[in-house]
Amino acid sequence: MSETKTRKGAVKSDVLKPYGVTPELALELMQEMLLYRRFEEKAEEAYAIGKIGGFCHLHIGQEGGAAGSIKALREDDYVISAYREHTQAIAKGVSPNAVMAELYGRVGGASGGKGGSMHIFGAHVRFMGGHGIVGGQVPLATGFGWKIKYREEDSVVLCFMGDAAVNQGAFHESLNMAAVWKLPVIYVVEHNLYGMGTAFTRVSTTEMQDKSKAHGVPGTTVDGQDVLATYALFRKLAQEVRDGAGPKFVTLETYRFRGHSMSDPVSGTYRSTEEVEQRKKEDDPIAILRDKLFAGGLLDRSELEAMDAEARRIANEAAEFADNSPVPGPETLYRNVWAVENPNGRLFFDGRRRD
Amino acid sequence: MAVLTYREALNHALREEMRRDPDVFLMGEEVGEYDGAYKVSKGLLDEFGPKRVVDSPISELGFAGLGVGAAMVGLRPVIEFMTFNFAHLALDQVLSNAAKLHYMSDGQFDIPIVFRGPTGAALQLAAQHSQACETYYSHAPGCKVVTPGTPADAKGLLKASIRDDDPVIFMEGELLYNVKGEVPDDEDFVIPLGVADLKREGSDVSIITHGKMIHVALQAAAKLEKDGVQAEVLDLRTIRPLDMDAILTTVAKTNRVVYLEEGWPYAGTGAQVVSMIQEEAFDELDAPILRVTQADIPMPYAKNLEILAKPSAERVVDACNKVLYR
Repeated sequence: MSETKTRKGAVKSDVLKPYGVTPELALELMQEMLLYRRFEEKAEEAYAIGKIGGFCHLHIGQEGGAAGSIKALREDDYVISAYREHTQAIAKGVSPNAVMAELYGRVGGASGGKGGSMHIFGAHVRFMGGHGIVGGQVPLATGFGWKIKYREEDSVVLCFMGDAAVNQGAFHESLNMAAVWKLPVIYVVEHNLYGMGTAFTRVSTTEMQDKSKAHGVPGTTVDGQDVLATYALFRKLAQEVRDGAGPKFVTLETYRFRGHSMSDPVSGTYRSTEEVEQRKKEDDPIAILRDKLFAGGLLDRSELEAMDAEARRIANEAAEFADNSPVPGPETLYRNVWAVENPNGRLFFDGRRRD
Repeated sequence: MAVLTYREALNHALREEMRRDPDVFLMGEEVGEYDGAYKVSKGLLDEFGPKRVVDSPISELGFAGLGVGAAMVGLRPVIEFMTFNFAHLALDQVLSNAAKLHYMSDGQFDIPIVFRGPTGAALQLAAQHSQACETYYSHAPGCKVVTPGTPADAKGLLKASIRDDDPVIFMEGELLYNVKGEVPDDEDFVIPLGVADLKREGSDVSIITHGKMIHVALQAAAKLEKDGVQAEVLDLRTIRPLDMDAILTTVAKTNRVVYLEEGWPYAGTGAQVVSMIQEEAFDELDAPILRVTQADIPMPYAKNLEILAKPSAERVVDACNKVLYR
């Protein structure tokens, strides 16, 4: 498509052309980012009234990275992440209802209420969790890549991590092995500048984009607040990796608009209110795409409002579903500790006898 | 029946299971071109090629985690640690991932992986290379822990471990690799996890133990026999699942128990077993249970000190005499 027409027929400059994105896809990405925003806001609200417990890390501000990268994948590709993963799970195909019910600790949750916010799993759509130890998911992703190569398949693996993970041994050991064995894994750092409350620059003397160089893994940096640029990059990288190029490393530059977790203030001792406000004003991935679509005549205000209403509807419905889903019964307490409860010998040591 | 070394028995188990199931692969340091640091994987590279017998970098955490990931998506990795002393580096992947993913995901992922290698002290390797590590793993629900002490048990239990759909920590012994014994040739010779084995029958006192220590227990039993004492030696073989029925049977038979283990006493396997015996068979006991363990210190290098630190047949004999009030 060489140029884009508005539905009113006026020809506008083609804002999407540099990205190789159709208007339909751009609108889909907008709808998805709106959903992620409203979903996380709903979770925030539910947390505030005690419906959600434990740690809860919101992705608000970082929606562009989730939408743009996962959209570029195939259904049989794998995605794994750390503990700020609600929206990535939805992007890969876990239903918003199941994600919200998991946050609520209900049986209808993606992990039956056993995982919670940090451990959303969707084996059926190859969403591989949901991991709570910084960097701990990176070797697992490498193992998925190993299996793809072992079985001579052509899936790829997308492994998300936060910027703090690159200082873990798990990251370096994984990149080294992935390079040695040319595994089809894209390692993606969501670089939101802070590992919890510690600025990346305080704990690293080298730049993020250089972190993979020692292992011979090619790195690319992209503006994660620009969902179209993110999509375009991942579409290209996924194809290269699928074709046997070996592992890649991506720095997805982004910013978190909320605290590290629900118990943290949005700004605070480690970053100023001014900084956060400025980034929210200038770097909101939804606003950036909105302005492009407005400029291209692909969207108007009332259409945007309708899309937003749809996003709110889905988020509200998820909360309602979660509220109505029962808590896991006591009979599930000992379920799924083991895949095989061997017929001989005792596996539980707390006084529980095998039947 | 063939007479094999413990090393050969393990090798046969790996070879047979790799022939049986193309999803089984072996990864670890020096397992391929070097034939294994202890030659357990000798010849496997030639038969199965570098895709299935994989020399890894020295990155215990990394390749352990790679194995867990591969298991999540359907392969059946056997991850060799050159020794379990080095596996501490991989504990996060074993305990946070392998042991918990099945539960955290509410059963969406099975983790059919075996982590294997030697545990415990050899000879004068000093503190960092001389630890019995089983309790680190048996502590965690989600891990099965297997400690074979004979060539036949090594083969039958390794085959069962590879076929099991849960993470299995399979702990060998550096000083066991040359031990010889009769091993069934049958390719389906599999010893189920959770079945203890009476290595010696006796009526006066029960020495309950696991892994390499069965040999110390048998030496002690031979010495006791000269004194007219018949000691029973119960080899647990697997620590999780634990054959509690066999434990209760021997307790009811002899009414006196010594627990022998290579590891440290604090929160050791013996501490767990003793606790359960007093809960479930208190009335059967004619004496308090004693434990014989490694001295509660890091292993010293000097030969004489190392001998003092390790459990010995003499110390087991002393403990048996004490519970017999002799």
